[in-house]
Amino acid sequence: MNILVVGGGMGGTILANNLARRLSSELKAGKASITMLSASDKHMYQPGLLYVAFGKMSPDELYRDQVSLLESSITFRVDPVTKFNLKENNVVTESGKQYDYDIIVISTGSRTHAEGTPGLAENACQFYTEADALKMHKTLQNFEGGKVVVAVGVPHKCPMAPLEITFMLADYFRERGILDKVQLHYTYPIGRVHSLEAVAKWAQPEFDRLGITYETLFNMKEVTPDKVISEEGTEAEYDLLVTVPSHKGMQVIEDNDLGAGGFIPTNRTRLNIEGYENAFVIGDTTNLPISKAGSTAHYEAETLAENIASTIKIGTPVRDYDGKVFCFIEAGEGKATYAMFNYQNPPDPKEPTKGIHWFKTAYNKMYWASARGLL
Amino acid sequence: MSERKLVDAKNTFCPGPLMELIGQMKMAEIGDELEILSTDQGSANDIPEWINKVGHEMVDTFENEGVWHIVVKKTK
Repeated sequence: MNILVVGGGMGGTILANNLARRLSSELKAGKASITMLSASDKHMYQPGLLYVAFGKMSPDELYRDQVSLLESSITFRVDPVTKFNLKENNVVTESGKQYDYDIIVISTGSRTHAEGTPGLAENACQFYTEADALKMHKTLQNFEGGKVVVAVGVPHKCPMAPLEITFMLADYFRERGILDKVQLHYTYPIGRVHSLEAVAKWAQPEFDRLGITYETLFNMKEVTPDKVISEEGTEAEYDLLVTVPSHKGMQVIEDNDLGAGGFIPTNRTRLNIEGYENAFVIGDTTNLPISKAGSTAHYEAETLAENIASTIKIGTPVRDYDGKVFCFIEAGEGKATYAMFNYQNPPDPKEPTKGIHWFKTAYNKMYWASARGLL
Repeated sequence: MSERKLVDAKNTFCPGPLMELIGQMKMAEIGDELEILSTDQGSANDIPEWINKVGHEMVDTFENEGVWHIVVKKTK
C-alpha cells in the first residue's frame, strides 16, 4: 500500500506523521509506505509572518528542516509534482520521475494573488511571504503619520488576519507614540466587520473604542498610488495601504485542471476528491467553504490519517471531518481571544485576555511539536 | 457558454455564504449564474444587498426545508 503525500506544509506534515505512527507495524513489515513530495526542504511557520511584519519575530525563527519534522519511516523528496494522473494512480515530478500510489493526499496549499487586483501589488504592504513581511516592517518604521487603510481580498488565508493586522497596527503606532497622527481605516468585503457574526459583534465596538473607522461591503476593484476603488463604487484614500490579498490555490492544481482557482472540489466530510475514492485533499487546497487556516488543515489531517489507517487495517473509514476550526485572535493591547466552531456549532468568542495572548505567543514556539504530531 | 454553478455553503460560518459567493463571482464568467445554498437566514438579505450594490442581477430567492437558495447572475 503506497501512500503519497503531495505538499510538506502543516496539513501534509501532520497527516504523514500521524499516519506513520498509526501504521508503524505495516511500515516495518514492508506492507505500507509513505512518501512525501514537497517543493522545499524547509518548513515555514506561516502565522509567524504577521509578527515579522511588526519586528516581533525574526525570519529565522519561522523555519525548520522539513526532514527534521518527519517520522524516520517517511520517505521525503524535494521534487514537486508537475502532473497528476489521478485515473492512472500516479504523478510525475519536476525531475521527470513517476510515482505510483494506492492512496494520494494533496496538500499543496495556497498563495497570494495580489496581481489579480490592478495596482494592489505595487502600492500595498502585505505580509504573506518573508520578503513581503520584512518590506512591510521597513515601511512601517518609516511611516510618520497619515491615513492607513486595511483592504481585504477574497478568498484569503487566515480569516482573523484582517482584524489582527488592524489591532496590531494600532498597538504598533501607540508604542511608537504616533497613534494620534494616524487614522486607521478598516474595510471588509461583506456587510459587517468580520465574517463570523459573533466576532463582528465583539470587534466593532473595539474599533469604536480605539477610534478605528470602518467601511463594510468594500471589495477592491483597483488601486492607484493614493486610493482604493471598490467594486461597490466607493473610494478610500490612503497614505499607507495594508492588504490581506486574495488567494489562489497553487499553479500546479490549475495547470492540471483539478479545480477552479487552484482549489480542488472536495467532499466536506470524507475529504476525498469528488469522483475518486483514493484521492484526498486537505488544508487550503480544498474548495470547502470553510476557513483557510492552519487549524483547519490540522484537524482535517488528523481525521484523514485516522480514516486512511482504518481503511488499511479494517477496510473502512471510521469518522467524518466535522468542519472543526480553531483560530486565535490577537486583539491588541497584549490581549487575545479565540474562535472555535464546526459545521454545526457557531463560535462564541470570549472576552480577550492577556493569558490567551501569552498562550498564542507560546504556541508560536510549540507549533513544531504540533507539526510533529505531538500536540 | 454561460452555466449555472452550485455553491454549497450550508452549515458554514466562516467565511460564510456572502464571502463565498464573492470569491466564486470573481472566478465566474459574465453571464454565468450561481446558485448559493445557505442555512443562514441573513444571507437572504445581505446577498441581494451586495448584488444590487455592485450591479449584478438577482435571479431568484427561495427557501426549501430550511435551506435558502439564492440565484444570481454575473453581469459585469
